[in-house]
Amino acid sequence: MKTPIQFRLNGEDVATFADGGANLLDVLREGVGDLSVKGGCWQGTCGTCTVLIEGVPRLSCVTLAETCTGRSIETTAGLRHGADLHPLQKAFMERFAAQCGYCTPGMLMAAKALLDRNPNPSREDVVEAIGGNICRCTGYEPIINAVLDAARTDSRRHT
Amino acid sequence: MLEFRKDIFADERDDNLMEIGQPTQRQDMLGHVTGTSPYYDDHRFANLLHLKILRSPHAHARIRSIDDSVAARAPGVKRIIRAADVPVNLNTLLGLIQFGKDDEPSLATDIVRYKGEPILGVVATSERAALEALALVRVSYDPLPAVFDVEEALKPGAPSVNPSYPKNTFEYYGKYDHQKLRYGDADAAFAQADVVLDERYQMSPIEHAPTETNGSIAVPDTNGRFIVYTSTQALFFSLDTSAKINAMPSNQLHFIGGTVGGGFGGKVDTMTEPLSILAARLTGAPVRYRFSRHEEMQFGSPRGGERIYIKDGVMKDGRIIARKVRAYFDSGAYTRLSSYAVVKCAAHIPGPYTIPNVHADVFCVFTNRTPATAMRGFGVTALDFALECQMDKGATAIGMDPLEYRILNAYRDGDMKAHRREAKNCALIECAQVAAEKANWPLRDEFRKMSSRKDGGAAHVGGAADRTRAPASPAATRAPASTPQRVAYERPAPASPPRTAPAAPPPRSAQPPPPAAPAGSTHGAPRFSSVFGTRRR
Repeated sequence: MKTPIQFRLNGEDVATFADGGANLLDVLREGVGDLSVKGGCWQGTCGTCTVLIEGVPRLSCVTLAETCTGRSIETTAGLRHGADLHPLQKAFMERFAAQCGYCTPGMLMAAKALLDRNPNPSREDVVEAIGGNICRCTGYEPIINAVLDAARTDSRRHT
Repeated sequence: MLEFRKDIFADERDDNLMEIGQPTQRQDMLGHVTGTSPYYDDHRFANLLHLKILRSPHAHARIRSIDDSVAARAPGVKRIIRAADVPVNLNTLLGLIQFGKDDEPSLATDIVRYKGEPILGVVATSERAALEALALVRVSYDPLPAVFDVEEALKPGAPSVNPSYPKNTFEYYGKYDHQKLRYGDADAAFAQADVVLDERYQMSPIEHAPTETNGSIAVPDTNGRFIVYTSTQALFFSLDTSAKINAMPSNQLHFIGGTVGGGFGGKVDTMTEPLSILAARLTGAPVRYRFSRHEEMQFGSPRGGERIYIKDGVMKDGRIIARKVRAYFDSGAYTRLSSYAVVKCAAHIPGPYTIPNVHADVFCVFTNRTPATAMRGFGVTALDFALECQMDKGATAIGMDPLEYRILNAYRDGDMKAHRREAKNCALIECAQVAAEKANWPLRDEFRKMSSRKDGGAAHVGGAADRTRAPASPAATRAPASTPQRVAYERPAPASPPRTAPAAPPPRSAQPPPPAAPAGSTHGAPRFSSVFGTRRR
């Protein structure tokens, strides 16, 4: 039985049909075609699939898609404005804050939620914000430095 | 941040390098930060089917019967894949380079040999439908005695795990049950040592846990070929392995990969591609075979557990005069790459230290555990863990600084290794010196002046001690004893006890004049080649 689901994705209205009980991760990737969201564990443990729902970081793999009807969702696909990268994306590039790149979209969204809320975070704030995101190439230091850099270089743009 | 110590070996290197030392942007970085890097699962296909695998709940059991009749009729099921459907259902990964016997089925036939071994596949219209059908398959087993410990597996009467290797050890060159290293006479040297340290080390299996699990999508192409999108770390290796198992020419397979969501060695085993290709072939549709996180953690091959015994003979002045190693690699139920890990381990013994009497036996052992595979320096990593623990214990036992103990025993260029090859391009001493400097770890002056250069290092140990370094037994005179043991601290020198360091720098530590730059060389690469070892020649 398919259920119609409608929500705002990166500022655009989208709609799709999903299986009953489908999770948001599958709906985003397979229903709407947003492949910037990655699945890592499908059981809510690794943070790879993190998206923002109404600005709050959520694990899309354990979020029932139907609960997102009418809500506003942000993913990495919506981070850049045209050709311009988001300050976080620039900082991640400059700081070598990605190795295999698979955890990066989730890291970026967790970091964005932090900067949207707190434009001048401390190192501890950053560590706390990405605490639910696993990077198995173990590049946490460059990631933390990149988030701090992004906060320093532009504390106005990340809206 | 990186720091280049160009002062070290400065006379042996050209520094007009264009890229080394300069940060360079990765070419895949833009894709990574925009979420557009194409991982295998980022390819979309209409009517994609999903393959899920029934796995053994037993570590060792005979399969009495399999009833998949109900599962085959379950909603969404397109095809059941059984062992008999696999064209070549026995393979070993390194068979591609003629190393080892075929020993592992893609789907178990009569016996399962580890918990999680694949038995049967269901191809369905969704992962959920495939999983629900799997729950309807009935298998009855006769459990068999299992063995989980490497030393237990080698005892007489232990359950035989792998029929290709009934004695539970991999067979090298068709006849040897382990890798062996003999140099000098370790047992005779132990009798002369001031201290003998006999220790046991155990390293657990380690799961790579990449954030992207193993997986692949096989898609029938319009020309009879199959396009395979895969997470593999070893694209052509996986292509050839898949071709062999599916009994098809390799030019019928087009593998697309290269963007890997974390591998660390855990994505070289070609665990999904052969069956996703087979499923695509049998259904005529694109098929994805993607490990769940549970499968990745429980059944994806880990770094193998290793048990290592090390016995050292140490003199009070810090010299290690004998080292005996007995190591067991837990390969799990099948070979995969552990046979190669054992060769690497044997090649790494006794570590980066010049020891005149070395004796080693390294075994690749089959047990009823998950088959092990490559992971970051496998074969060497666990051995180094054991060796360096042993070095700390050795230093403690004789009351010597552990870093000085390492510097004293480290290879110098030109030293003869236990494998009867000359040490070259050595740099352990310089690394240790810089590490000590960074950590404010006090090194005595003579140790700060030692070097990895040929003979480079303090002749600070009494000359009388030299003779104890000579291999002790008549057998040893065959090779090593007749080979001059090129150990830096054997050099004739004024006898002095090790803890009262002479102020005068030892003669051999004087810097040799810089060699002339090679004609026509525009960069350092040829002179630094580790293959040709021309750095200081």
